[in-house]
Amino acid sequence: MTGALDPARRMVLGLAGLVGFFGLWALVAASGLVGKAFLPGPLEVAERLVTLLHTSFAGGTLPQHLASSLQRFSAGYLLAAAVGVPLGLLMGRFRLLDDIVSPLFDALRFIAPIAWVPFAALWFGTGFGGPVLIIFSGAFPPCLLNAYRGARQVEPRYIEAAEMLGTPTHRLILEVLLPAATPSIVAGLRIGAGLGWQSLVGAELIVASTGVGYMMVQAQSGVATATVMVGMAAIGLVGVLIDIALRALEARIHNRLERA
Amino acid sequence: MPLGRRSAIGVTTLGLLVLAWFMATGANGLISPGRFPTPADTWTAGLQAMVRGYGDATLVVHVLQSLKLVALGFVVSVAVGVPLGLLMGTSATAEAVLNPVFMLLRPIPPLAWIPLAILWFGLGDTAKIMVIFFAAFVPSVINTQAGVRTIERPLIEAARMLGTPHGRFIREVVVPGAAPMIFTGLRLSLQASWTTLVAAELVGALAGLGHLLNLAQQDLYPGMILVGMICVAIFGALTTALLGLVERRTLTWVRIKGDTA
Repeated sequence: MTGALDPARRMVLGLAGLVGFFGLWALVAASGLVGKAFLPGPLEVAERLVTLLHTSFAGGTLPQHLASSLQRFSAGYLLAAAVGVPLGLLMGRFRLLDDIVSPLFDALRFIAPIAWVPFAALWFGTGFGGPVLIIFSGAFPPCLLNAYRGARQVEPRYIEAAEMLGTPTHRLILEVLLPAATPSIVAGLRIGAGLGWQSLVGAELIVASTGVGYMMVQAQSGVATATVMVGMAAIGLVGVLIDIALRALEARIHNRLERA
Repeated sequence: MPLGRRSAIGVTTLGLLVLAWFMATGANGLISPGRFPTPADTWTAGLQAMVRGYGDATLVVHVLQSLKLVALGFVVSVAVGVPLGLLMGTSATAEAVLNPVFMLLRPIPPLAWIPLAILWFGLGDTAKIMVIFFAAFVPSVINTQAGVRTIERPLIEAARMLGTPHGRFIREVVVPGAAPMIFTGLRLSLQASWTTLVAAELVGALAGLGHLLNLAQQDLYPGMILVGMICVAIFGALTTALLGLVERRTLTWVRIKGDTA
């Protein structure tokens, strides 16, 4: 509130913050206050990362684990979007459907996605299907809610005009509701991706036998702290990359809508 | 009237769903009881958990254990998160120093801290509190900081001009002004606390609802899984409602105080 800082000063202060963080970490790690096995320094973690790129740990190299995590993620996330977005739009259009689905949705929403793990494992196994259900339950609510809100926020005038012109329902949904709700839908897809990725990590920690989460659990039981930290960094990085990709998609859609 | 219609349909739907549950899981139903429990199985499991106990403790003990950890973790993260958010909101220097570190750690999902927490603190309460902390402290910080930003500048400048001491300035201008956003942050923090606690207990714990869920999964005991999930939902909803109550009280109080001041 003391006014904006000039960019150069901001950058120096920001760098100081980062240097402080890594410095403190390195210092505590080097001081021997905490056992080396439990707190490796930043450099050791970076070294371990490079090693894991080509050396196998817990059944695969880091890229291999990431690939199997991403595979599960894509399946669960696409399923959530494919069910959530159309359902949300239809709920925004048809009151009866809204009245039927909303109470169910509200009742289920209080169950943390991760609490589905036992049933997911029981129904679909721990390999692929189970984790996919968990990702689905994490990513589904924002996909549905945002499509629904987007459809509800469409100006009634447009809908009335379309109705008056005798537009068939499917065209009304595809050509009026969908374009008008798109910004909200894309925002929901972004939130859903974040929650889905996070749920995946949880699922892999508990049930899977491949993937980054599994790698971390194995590393934990072997007290390979550096590997655990590499896993955390990789998960964070991939999460950021997914978000960047969706942001780019968002920007592109915005541009296109503005031109149309 | 629309509300009446809406809740009537809602109650009917839930009623039909329960009916469908009875029919589908019955003696010659579609769903085998090994996959989803019958209502009777669930009732038995619930009774067993309450009276005889399951996983070395009764249901009450599991619930209390989880509630205790959620409360502790939530309080610790809020106690750190809100002041830090206030600091980052009021001081541009603090914001410039801390923000990059924050941006660096934020993409790591809270659940990814679980293995590290277990490595450092084992399966006890401390590890759970650490994981909840990393999950719940982020929304507190971000929303508090955003709340401070929403305070109207003239208000801040007036307080500054009148030479309000820093402590009073924070207590009487910044905190009340940011209060609505702070509560948004607290709600998100509470949700995050529950999710991460259940996950952390599923990964490894000696008691708690997640521990119960984990055992039920290993024992292939669908009735007990459902009991655990229902408890997670009920107590998640209850704590959220409690926070909502505190929020309404506090915000009313802030408004009244603001009017009379």
